[in-house]
Amino acid sequence: MNRKKLQLFATPYIIWIAAFIIIPLIIVAIYALTDSSGAFTLENIKAIGIPKYARSLGISVLFSLITTAVCFFIAYPIALILKSMKIKNQNFILFIFILPMWMNFLLRTYAWKTILIPNGLLDNILAFFGITGFNFSDSAAAILFGMVYDFLPFMIMPIYNTVIKIDDNLINASRDLGAGYFTTLRKIVFPLSVPGILSGVIMVFVPSLTTFAVSKILGGSKYLLIGDVIENQFMTAYDWHLGAGISFVLMIFIIIYIVIQNFIDKDEGANLI
Amino acid sequence: MKFTKILPILLPLAALVLSGCGSDTESGEAADSENILYVYNWDEYIADGVIEMFEEETGYTVVYDVFETNEGLYAKLASGDISYDVICPSDYMIAKMIANDMLEPIDYSKIPNLKYIGEDYVESSKAFDPDFAYSVPYTWGTVGILYNTTMVDEEVDSWSILFDEKYRHNIVMLDSVRDSYAVALKYLGYSLNTLDEEELAEATELLIKQKPIVQAYEVDYARERMINNSAAMAVIYSGEALYSQDYNEDLEYVVPKEGSNIWIDSWVIPKNAENKEAAHAWIDFMCRPDIAKMNLEYITYSTPNTEVYDMLDDEDLKSSTTLFPDSDITDRCEAFSYLGEEGDKYYNNLWEDVKAAAN
Repeated sequence: MNRKKLQLFATPYIIWIAAFIIIPLIIVAIYALTDSSGAFTLENIKAIGIPKYARSLGISVLFSLITTAVCFFIAYPIALILKSMKIKNQNFILFIFILPMWMNFLLRTYAWKTILIPNGLLDNILAFFGITGFNFSDSAAAILFGMVYDFLPFMIMPIYNTVIKIDDNLINASRDLGAGYFTTLRKIVFPLSVPGILSGVIMVFVPSLTTFAVSKILGGSKYLLIGDVIENQFMTAYDWHLGAGISFVLMIFIIIYIVIQNFIDKDEGANLI
Repeated sequence: MKFTKILPILLPLAALVLSGCGSDTESGEAADSENILYVYNWDEYIADGVIEMFEEETGYTVVYDVFETNEGLYAKLASGDISYDVICPSDYMIAKMIANDMLEPIDYSKIPNLKYIGEDYVESSKAFDPDFAYSVPYTWGTVGILYNTTMVDEEVDSWSILFDEKYRHNIVMLDSVRDSYAVALKYLGYSLNTLDEEELAEATELLIKQKPIVQAYEVDYARERMINNSAAMAVIYSGEALYSQDYNEDLEYVVPKEGSNIWIDSWVIPKNAENKEAAHAWIDFMCRPDIAKMNLEYITYSTPNTEVYDMLDDEDLKSSTTLFPDSDITDRCEAFSYLGEEGDKYYNNLWEDVKAAAN
């Protein structure tokens, strides 16, 4: 097939990108760089320096880093275990991990809320075993729990997909040459799974950074993440310019993050997103 | 493939496709739009079956959406992209919409059932709708404290209990800017419509200081927490209080002695409504005594309908001071007024300070 024909096939995708990514981005940029009278201003961008917004961004970055780390430490061993299992069970276990994604994450988060609230299901189960005074609901820990729960499949999938493709002969050769299990893991398996880890990290970190509903539902609206600030500007304060300005800063943050990550892993960069 | 080369060709193409879609749906809707009524109401704010009854009696098809706060409603409408035919904001938000020329005057000759709406409520409506030209009252109520008598031993008659360290993590506040400020301002002895910077700074400081002992800021979920014995007390709307008491007998509702907010939610028609005829029919239907009675029994908010009290069979509802507060309570309450664009911004900014503060 010649080049022209190939281009034709890409048309729906290009239209999609233009209509739903490029044009909206331009609109966000226009709102971010103007004030309510339409004049050019940098105030909306500089607003991120206002202590309360800087603090919200700080909390968001911290929560995202923790979420990403926890997801990784849960997902990686699971991927390795799945690799070592027989094919039949493998698909079933993977299915179990992906299954929750079939239901809308907001509904699942609300379900967790009814489980975690004081005197809710969790408290009653703990009380049955004589544990009381456990204050988990409406805390930072509850938000982090919700974020890990929501984003874990996005870490498992890419890691599993890379780990499963690692040639067993490489591992056997390593063992043959006298490397122990952990040496093989460190020198063979881990380096080969880096591309999967990196895309898992991006797929968890980026949505974590912009999350807003989870903090509201599981955190009792007491933690204002940067996503909440943006939502608040659009939905309550009705200042689209400030909301767009902060969104813009957040996008720049994410782009810098992805560029750095691509830089760290130049060779595999093409596989990332 | 060089994206930049294709872009100039594709952008107009995309625009063409999109605008094509737009005109398509418009002409498609034109045929049906006379039969469709878009209603935007508070969550859980209409009795089961009422919408179906309306559809059956009038032949209109109702598309029903819900919102959680007045500010959320405003943000959605102000974007101008979405049009509803009939909406149900509160007093101060109606004033704001009138000020911004977003409402259509109501043709009261098309609302014969308006005669069932008490004269008092028409008078009260003039605080936010001075000529009584844009609104028809739907419900009204107060804001107060709902507390659990098994968890609170002392007598509750003041907002001060919400700031008592003893109830750490047992207090649920309203996640709504005007309502939360009303609590703090009334407790401090100020008007809940103040624009005095010092008074507001004092209220903000109080709310920030209170934050570490608050369990959560909620709107609709507050009643779930109270029913479930998750919290000892919650700032709540009167109707939510009655609803909660149905499910948990230990709950008591009180309007604190310092005063509180009294509000009216009214039906209004947005300027960009497409089916004003149906909107009038809807409002008239809502004023019908049997429908008002169904709504009252289901959503348990006070009604401005004068016929309903005598029609009620449930003695508990009839004797409820939450539903029918005496003048002693209503006299110490104050209605919200619209603060203007700048005032709104000032309040929102302060409320954001509270929400962003450390726990």
